Amino acid sequence: MDTALLLLADSRLPAGGHAHSGGLEPAVSAGAVRDVAGLAAFLRGRLATSGLVAASLAAAACAHAARDEADGGADGAGWVVLDAEADARTPSPAQRAASRAQGRSLLRAARSTWPHPALAALPGDAHHPVVLGAATAAARGTPRDAASITAYGAVTGPASAAVRLLGLDPLSVHRALADLARAVDAVADEAAAHATGPWRDLPAASAPVLDLYAELHIRADLRLFES
Amino acid sequence: MTRRYTARAAVTATCGADGRTRLPRLRSDGPLALRETAPLDGATVYLVGAAAGPLGGDDLELELLVEAGARLTVRSAATTLALPGDGASRMTVRAEVGPGAHLDFAPEPTVAAAGCHHRAAADIALRGGATLRWYEELVLGRHREQPGRHTSRFDVTIDGVPLLRHELRLDDPAVYGSRAVLGDARAAGSVLLAGPGLTREPHTADGLAVLPLAGPGVLVTALAADSATLRRRLARGEELASRPEPAGSVGPGRYDARVTL
Amino acid sequence: MGANHDHDPYDASPAHGRALRLGIGGPVGSGKTALTAALCRALREEVDLAVVTNDIYTTEDADFLRREAVLADDRITAVRTGACPHTAIRDDISANLDAVEALQERHPGLELIIVESGGDNLTALFSRGLADRQIFVLDVAGGDDVPRKGGLGVAAADLLVVNKTDLAPLVGSDLDLMARDAARVRDGRPVAFTSLRERPGAPEVTAWVRRILREAAAEHAHDHGHGHGHGHGHGHGHGHGHEQGHEHVPAAS
Repeated sequence: MDTALLLLADSRLPAGGHAHSGGLEPAVSAGAVRDVAGLAAFLRGRLATSGLVAASLAAAACAHAARDEADGGADGAGWVVLDAEADARTPSPAQRAASRAQGRSLLRAARSTWPHPALAALPGDAHHPVVLGAATAAARGTPRDAASITAYGAVTGPASAAVRLLGLDPLSVHRALADLARAVDAVADEAAAHATGPWRDLPAASAPVLDLYAELHIRADLRLFES
Repeated sequence: MTRRYTARAAVTATCGADGRTRLPRLRSDGPLALRETAPLDGATVYLVGAAAGPLGGDDLELELLVEAGARLTVRSAATTLALPGDGASRMTVRAEVGPGAHLDFAPEPTVAAAGCHHRAAADIALRGGATLRWYEELVLGRHREQPGRHTSRFDVTIDGVPLLRHELRLDDPAVYGSRAVLGDARAAGSVLLAGPGLTREPHTADGLAVLPLAGPGVLVTALAADSATLRRRLARGEELASRPEPAGSVGPGRYDARVTL
Repeated sequence: MGANHDHDPYDASPAHGRALRLGIGGPVGSGKTALTAALCRALREEVDLAVVTNDIYTTEDADFLRREAVLADDRITAVRTGACPHTAIRDDISANLDAVEALQERHPGLELIIVESGGDNLTALFSRGLADRQIFVLDVAGGDDVPRKGGLGVAAADLLVVNKTDLAPLVGSDLDLMARDAARVRDGRPVAFTSLRERPGAPEVTAWVRRILREAAAEHAHDHGHGHGHGHGHGHGHGHGHEQGHEHVPAAS
């Protein structure tokens, strides 16, 4: 794999990810995740729903950035349309806010690391998967790479939060992540298959409990993570 | 099982010069039998269901055209029971709601029976100033049976701009049974309200989320152990969604993990 | 800014044209929030300033500052750190940069933004991408051997504050020993002994902050007064021990 893409996928990329739990903190507060098995089940559901949607948006964004660059343009209008597709797939206001906050941080990191016309053309508050797709294009990755990096982050972010919140054994958690690897690849394949199709047809798999958790969390008095 | 239906039913609602809604087109087809009844609001149409189903292999489509200023209410007489059969069944609703028009679509619940393989899709295009109420309940299997495969996809646009794209996929129990998705809920439902004057405040309670969308609409989603509880939660959510201002302070809400996780 | 001739391509946040960012770090309970409040009270009439807090668990510190009304509410922002306070000020400063930028947008005239870290261990250090200068706050009750043991915060902060000196006799801490040890590990950088109980205004620290603000303003004016090719490239870098002397600080015009 290309080193630039490893940098983009690395959780050490300074793009604000460490302050977001992807719904894991409210799940822990509700008692829904207590151990590694519970975490694995939670991650499987998250991966196939919001993970798939994010990976699809990222793949589409990557394809759009590459197309736009080939056309010699900086298609600001196209980004607004794709961003609206992300909005329409994110009914929870708290999740929309978290996605835009992470998008903003990632855009700062990506613009600084891989200058690219698509990153310059993106609105400053674009949704996280849209920025991640454009950043993948900037790092010379494919839509499949964008989907893969996004789906990977959809499970590793909450897994890292679980280690911190529950004191889980990091070795066991990594074993659980390794067990999910094929499912992550399958989600990336499905997402990449939509990359060049009409944006309206991108997957929109919902996770009603995650939506509910996101809203509960943002109103919680005690919380360590932004989302 | 060799019975297969391909049916195309349609309704057109128009607004006359007197302001009353009329139905110049009311076309039933196969199992999609439509009856106009005493109006609840504008014109009212019941899907009365001329056959059990849908069964695997059925391909059903309902088209709803609500022209400028008209008001159409759609209900169903009975629960829809998605059953296994010869391949996948499909039920698609396409609706266009013109300027100033209103569509209220609220059929009885769909039950995803064991072994079913059903795809439900709704594609709704609203024009400027149109309003919408779209109500759905899904029950996961009869009498504690494991549901078959059921996917629903819901797309709503306003003048071409997407308001909501929302799927619920029951295909892998490890996914939909995950505590991130439905947990051990046996019934899931939603109400989408689109139009002006809705709340901008999110609200959560036991198994209920009231979610103001980025565009002019509010999605209410609910999960419950049974259909009756689900219906109560959705009614409560709809009441909260319809209020331009929240009643009292919007607290964190209490989350009943036993029911919804 | 037109200063690209000596712009370091790896310097993502040139200090010019924005508020000076002052990091305040230190262990839990050493008095970071109280010091922040004291600085706000002392400086708010003369300096356009705002605060970002990095709470470990809640927005308690921000709420404290609001309750104490040391600044208007819209000048105080809380950042959540995902259980990693040191990450948020050092390895991944995104959330803090977002908060700082939002404050700067809301108050374009800001001259000083204080970033208060969540209580952390002795190795925590602010990233230079976030803080132009940093203070590390210890208290005497934490043990008079802390300066001797060093640690990145104690050794490298631009100003080391040893707080709660009024408690020294009670906890048996030797302030002279702390001063000697600190001087040794800090390579001459300044140390301030404070007691917010006895001197609530923290005059020692306030004076130091006034000085770094003057320095920043002078550096800014200096850069603007020079044409191309000067290439001093010094930027806002520090750690060269220049805080020791006031000599190079011209009077701000």
